[in-house]
Amino acid sequence: MGISVEGANKRFGDFQALEDVSIEVPTGSLTALLGPSGSGKSTLLRAIAGLESLDSGGVLIDGEDVGGKPTQKREVGFVFQHYAAFKHMTVYENVGFGLKIRKWDKRKISARVHELLDLVQLPGLADRYPSQLSGGQRQRMALARALAVQPQVLLLDEPFGALDAKVRKDLRTWLRNLHDEMHVTTIFVTHDQEEAMDVAGQLVVMNEGRVEQSGSADELYENPANEFVMSFVGEVNRLGDHFVRPHDMEVVLDPDERTQEGLVQRIVTLGFEVRVELVLSDGTEVWAQLTRAELQRLELREGQIAYLRPVQAKSFNGSSPSLSDGASTPLGSQDGGDAGIPAAV
Amino acid sequence: MTANPASRWALRVLGLGYVLALLLVPLGFIFYKTFEHGVAPPLDAITSPDGLHALKLTLITVAIAVPLNTMFGIACAILLVRHKFRGNFLIDAAINLPFAISPVVIGLSLFLLYGTTGWFEPALAEAGIKILFSVPGMVLACMFVSLPFVVRETVPVLQEIGTEQEQAASTLGANAWQTFWRVTLPAIRWGVAYGVVLTTARVLGEFGAVSVVSGSISGQTQTLPLFVEKQYENFNLPGAFGASVLLALLALMTLLAMNFLKRKEDA
Repeated sequence: MGISVEGANKRFGDFQALEDVSIEVPTGSLTALLGPSGSGKSTLLRAIAGLESLDSGGVLIDGEDVGGKPTQKREVGFVFQHYAAFKHMTVYENVGFGLKIRKWDKRKISARVHELLDLVQLPGLADRYPSQLSGGQRQRMALARALAVQPQVLLLDEPFGALDAKVRKDLRTWLRNLHDEMHVTTIFVTHDQEEAMDVAGQLVVMNEGRVEQSGSADELYENPANEFVMSFVGEVNRLGDHFVRPHDMEVVLDPDERTQEGLVQRIVTLGFEVRVELVLSDGTEVWAQLTRAELQRLELREGQIAYLRPVQAKSFNGSSPSLSDGASTPLGSQDGGDAGIPAAV
Repeated sequence: MTANPASRWALRVLGLGYVLALLLVPLGFIFYKTFEHGVAPPLDAITSPDGLHALKLTLITVAIAVPLNTMFGIACAILLVRHKFRGNFLIDAAINLPFAISPVVIGLSLFLLYGTTGWFEPALAEAGIKILFSVPGMVLACMFVSLPFVVRETVPVLQEIGTEQEQAASTLGANAWQTFWRVTLPAIRWGVAYGVVLTTARVLGEFGAVSVVSGSISGQTQTLPLFVEKQYENFNLPGAFGASVLLALLALMTLLAMNFLKRKEDA
């Protein structure tokens, strides 16, 4: 039940939505397609479902080329950002829709629908209409509806995008647990790197219609293939040609040959974490992430001079590796020199 | 804009007065005149053989024209909204023609097509089909004038519901036909229903186009509006008023039927 996409291209008029995209999604995995809006991630997902046709390239589900198959024959479960609930049907009818289409026996449908409503924690809401549910409940109903027909693969298009922060967090934990139970091959699209890292075992980072890098969350964070991936999967400061994560910025009060001078502009305390914003002598704005204890030890105040020492930095020498190798899974292929601690620029 | 109470009241009075003067007073007057001398005179006129025939013919026209235009209207709306193609705008504009053209002109054009010197006359005559001065011509005329209603009411609703529900249905295994019956049609049903009500009202009351193609032969090709005119010309005012009230009641029943269905569903 693995999914592969090979050399997919798609244009909408002048806009290149997908450019030679190839991805490999192992059977039973939970994979996130991560990227900013317009990066082609939703188009790719829709192409896998057959909701969008490709200009060239192929989609294989479980080794079979599904290019000629219409959506209704692909056996994919699809969950939309705005739920796509059938408004004129009750929760029960929504969840049972696919089974009714498959001409299941009424009693079997009833058993299956109630089983799924229990699974998505909506028991007792069978007779409600979607308009009587909260956003989170609607999305769980949509998920139950998609799972009812036992799809080969489950595709989620920004499933939590329309929900508020608290519900989002609950639902993604819940989705991860659900996936651990069901083991159905799942791809889910998001623009939220934290969500992607939290939920998915494997990530595919997309930008401008191309795959920039794919791999596990750790791999992407530790060895980003390029500047884009580095800045997309986490916070980053730029110091000349080098990129430094805010938590790799050490703030000291005494200068040495490896430090840079900066003026403390703002100190923001976010619970345990403290965000110190500085301006360097060349005007570059950077920030360092400290703990509350570190801040107290340093006795930093806004308006004072402090010194920054990057503990770990990366440079990509201006080249974008994904361009050279056709955007197919450049797993860990980073050509950035890490550990290089830059001298003062 | 309506912040102060005085202007708000002025607006209300103006709005109500307008409706009253233009709609309710003339309609009320007809009711008054109809039953001025009791129920018997208008009832006699309507239950006369010609009156009953006109009622029957009107209902037949509705029974044929409304379902056909409903089916066409839905199909056309789906074509316009869901299947964008070049020339789309031409169809969109053409649909509005019956609104823009006088019904008499529409009647005349049908007359020219199907009349004794018309394009289609030889073939139809051979097949033994009579269009003019008979029911088919009247139905055609009614369909022509009421063509836009279902399309115009359905298009905005189709646009509003979007395509996501239909896509969801297809991912769940529904083919195009199943998706239409189970998802699209239920979602647009009130737009369609409103279009059907307007179509029905228009077909019930159509005068100009039907008048031209039917010849208005009493007891043969006379619908209720034509019957009203004939009675009026013959100075049978109770008959004219009675048939008018009957027409008004038929239209009212259509509206009430829709409201009833809608309320039942909401409950």
